[in-house]
Amino acid sequence: MNVLGIETSCDETAAAVVRDGCRVLSNVVLSQTDLHAPYGGVVPEIASRRHAEALPGIIDEARRRAGLAWHEIDEVAATAGPGLAAALLVGLSAGKGLALALERPFCGVNHLEAHLYSLFLGASAPAPGEICPCVALLVSGGHTCLVRVERPGSYRMLGRTVDDAAGEAFDKGANLLGLGYPGGPAIDRAARGGARDAVRFPRGRQRKGAGCPDGLDPALCFSFSGVKTALLYYLREHPAGGAGPAVADIAASYQEAIVEALVRGCRGALEGARCLAAAGGVALNGRLRERLAALAAAAGVRLVLADPAYCTDNAAMVAAAAGAGRGIRGAAGLRLDAWPNMPLA
Amino acid sequence: MNADQGTLRIVSRSIAQTRAAAARLVRRLRGPAVIALHGDLGSGKTCFVQGLARALGVAAAVTSPTFTLVNEYRGKRPLYHIDLYRIRHPNELFGIGFEEYLESDGITAIEWAERAGDLLPASAIHVRLTARAKPCEREICIEWSP
Repeated sequence: MNVLGIETSCDETAAAVVRDGCRVLSNVVLSQTDLHAPYGGVVPEIASRRHAEALPGIIDEARRRAGLAWHEIDEVAATAGPGLAAALLVGLSAGKGLALALERPFCGVNHLEAHLYSLFLGASAPAPGEICPCVALLVSGGHTCLVRVERPGSYRMLGRTVDDAAGEAFDKGANLLGLGYPGGPAIDRAARGGARDAVRFPRGRQRKGAGCPDGLDPALCFSFSGVKTALLYYLREHPAGGAGPAVADIAASYQEAIVEALVRGCRGALEGARCLAAAGGVALNGRLRERLAALAAAAGVRLVLADPAYCTDNAAMVAAAAGAGRGIRGAAGLRLDAWPNMPLA
Repeated sequence: MNADQGTLRIVSRSIAQTRAAAARLVRRLRGPAVIALHGDLGSGKTCFVQGLARALGVAAAVTSPTFTLVNEYRGKRPLYHIDLYRIRHPNELFGIGFEEYLESDGITAIEWAERAGDLLPASAIHVRLTARAKPCEREICIEWSP
């Protein structure tokens, strides 16, 4: 079954075709950092209007690269939430319209669930049933959460950030350090060879007794606004070019504080799990991948990291989730409105 | 703080005090309001909005909308939490329904509000947060327009 997926929950305008939930036939992403892509010219950083302008071309490109005619598309899927309402609405409306025109079913997909299904894409990826029960860390610019996957489709939210997302902490830290955007890769690069213990930054954990949303365990929740503020004050007291540690050391120390918090959360959630998984843009971070590998080895569980090609927002993961039978279909699917706070479970 | 206009200066020595300052502001509000927040990274803007949320009876955790741009919460009155950190030009705001949030029936709190330029209403309450020398201290200046 060929599913055409659409993703417009945040900055990326994306479409993809995936066969049977796992074989990616095409994956087209127009990103804000991709200024020379064939459709946009110079792209304003944020505008749902840009999604609307670019999406028809991106969808057709995904179909052509898949080598399929329109009648060979069996289902159309689009992200319904969570995300920015105006941006979601563009992809959702386009998806419904296309499904109706092609006389094919429409499927509305949860963005976080789509990130989970990115784990099953790529040459060395496992099948969904192989990794359960599993603890998955979803980390990106907008999301940071720990999810227990009992079996495909059965999720329990274990913990999440109470303020900033991990990717946001990277971006804002890179900004403070003058390393540019996007901040995740910039800090990853700058930190190479740096001393991770040069500066002791706070570990980005929720304080005991501070309370957590929805009755979540504070030990599995994250807080990253403190580490950002600590960096701000550190740089104020130790201006660049001074006698203190080099930028590489500060970047490595800052990165370590964020990574350490994420790894500790994973460690606390692993009991009874067969597998540890990570997906989302921050899952590209080299130090996080290294530390998760060490944790999985020590705990004797399998490690599954999303293929780097599918870590940041993309539509292949949306089509994969739909192709695996997930999502909302039928009349309910067609009635779906953009759902900015759509829950995973 | 006058109910119609004026300036209130508060020195906050903790996260709890910053949240309390926000709660004080909420108690003064009679109808819908736009609260424009100004201050550098790490000055406590999101913390202030967490105080607004708590005072409005929002049960959910208030997380940063830097990437999502807008988060909506249901409390005694709706709270719209907007973050313009990634906005470079006010034109970009037309695509996200920004004006509708300004005319909403609830409390609209906007971080990095200066990036909205002329789109901010004259009636907006401006809250300026400045980090002081001591790491935990912030000066909070709340300005009520005439």
